[in-house]
Amino acid sequence: MASAAVSQPVHPRPAIELHEASVVFGTGEKAVTALTPTTLRMDRGDFLALVGPSGCGKSTILRLASNLIKPSSGQILLGGRDAAAKEMRIGMAFQNPTMLPWLTIEKNVMLPLKIVEPFKRSFQRDKKGAYRDRVHALLAQVGLKDFANHFPWQLSGGMLQRANLCRALIHDPDLLLLDEPFGALDQFTREELWQTLQELYLDRQPTVLLVTHDLREAGYLARRICVMSARPGRIISDRAVTMPQPRDIGVIYTPEFVEMTQGLRELIAQVRK
Amino acid sequence: MNENTKIRIMSLSLIVGFFVMWEVLCVLLGVSDLILPRPSEIAVTLWTRFPVLWPHILQTLYATLTGFALGVIIGVSIGVMIGTSRVAYGVAYPLLVGFSSIPKVAVVPILVLWFGSGTTPAILTAMIICVFPIVVNIATGLATTEPDLEDVLKTLGASKREVLWNVGLPRTMPYFFASLKVAITLSFVGAVLSETVASNRGIGNVMMTASSNFQVSLVFAGLFILALMGVALYAFFSFLEARVTGWATRGKDFAVT
Repeated sequence: MASAAVSQPVHPRPAIELHEASVVFGTGEKAVTALTPTTLRMDRGDFLALVGPSGCGKSTILRLASNLIKPSSGQILLGGRDAAAKEMRIGMAFQNPTMLPWLTIEKNVMLPLKIVEPFKRSFQRDKKGAYRDRVHALLAQVGLKDFANHFPWQLSGGMLQRANLCRALIHDPDLLLLDEPFGALDQFTREELWQTLQELYLDRQPTVLLVTHDLREAGYLARRICVMSARPGRIISDRAVTMPQPRDIGVIYTPEFVEMTQGLRELIAQVRK
Repeated sequence: MNENTKIRIMSLSLIVGFFVMWEVLCVLLGVSDLILPRPSEIAVTLWTRFPVLWPHILQTLYATLTGFALGVIIGVSIGVMIGTSRVAYGVAYPLLVGFSSIPKVAVVPILVLWFGSGTTPAILTAMIICVFPIVVNIATGLATTEPDLEDVLKTLGASKREVLWNVGLPRTMPYFFASLKVAITLSFVGAVLSETVASNRGIGNVMMTASSNFQVSLVFAGLFILALMGVALYAFFSFLEARVTGWATRGKDFAVT
């Protein structure tokens, strides 16, 4: 399966850089601060989990990185350049699987190849051949081989989330942005998908920014965990997870792991007050 | 026998029963042919006069479909324009509602004044009458598209056009087809209306002339033809709808390609 355990970032170059970036929605008295000026740097190939109470601005950071919104002040750089320059290819998955209901799973997963260069260029020519094989190979890797021609409503929540991961990865993104992708799933499915995601990550080595409420999810998957305080959000803790990867799912029951998540839990409990 | 076959048989019996009742009541009550001809008489008239009626059928069909096609093109364009922009939606909607609440019958004399009698006002009436349901449905469909679905494309760096093409328009298809089924029947109303007032061709004109000559069974024959054409076109768009928007109704009998 995946490459050997790597505990140091393989690309010491910057992936995401936030320089005092803030986001304010609205103006005047109705203005809502979604993110107070925040500075954060992430290296290429790293896996960072962002945890914190609701409404602290975690998702806002993700939306900044995906170029869905612009910072009200400060700066965000992707791969050392302005986010709009599309220096990094982005794949994103939300908590809601957001499969387009009129397309089969295969065509949903193929969508990025239709939109993102350099795949877009030869989409018309390749969609029945090379791209289709590519989609099927990835679907097979997450156990959805037989569901390529199904429609989204014919799949369970866990399967949809697998397809969602496939769609976020099909175009080999440099940067994978995950917004609580497993939040709505049951514990068993969630753990299964953690392993799937770990495999895919070690296999392809993208830069991953994961926003989550789940401390065990953060601890199991990430190489680095940042904790944000409640509104107005601010990064109050930034620590590395040194356990070697790939990690066995049993790791979450080891004393070392439990101690780490306990520490994070207490930290978040404090900042909620 | 499954549920669907049962419903079809019952539906067919209802239609047959309706005509049988009509025939029987006419005979029993001794209704004059000049008031309400029997279905059998109408059928005979349809059969014997069909060669004469045929060009008029084509004329009405031509006016209806041309007007309908123009209406779809214009309706979709306006609908996309005001459905994709919040500003355009707010600015243009009051005017559109104003236009759509004008009784279209009232427009025919104006069209005749501008274009003379004949095919042009029939086409234009068919067009005007069917534009608004299409505009409103397309605009509603686009304006209510889930932002989550659009975000999927936006994070990939898709242009506005790509978002519209890959999310907005497919998402709007159920609304579009719902409006098409209304629009095609309205187009018939428009074309026949205009033919009745100002034309010397088309089913509307045939019915008008027959009525003034007291050829009552021919008037009813005209009605039959209109009903049949309406049903046929409605069925055509229903079929198309099931093929294109089966995902919305989660239909099981449409092909997965």
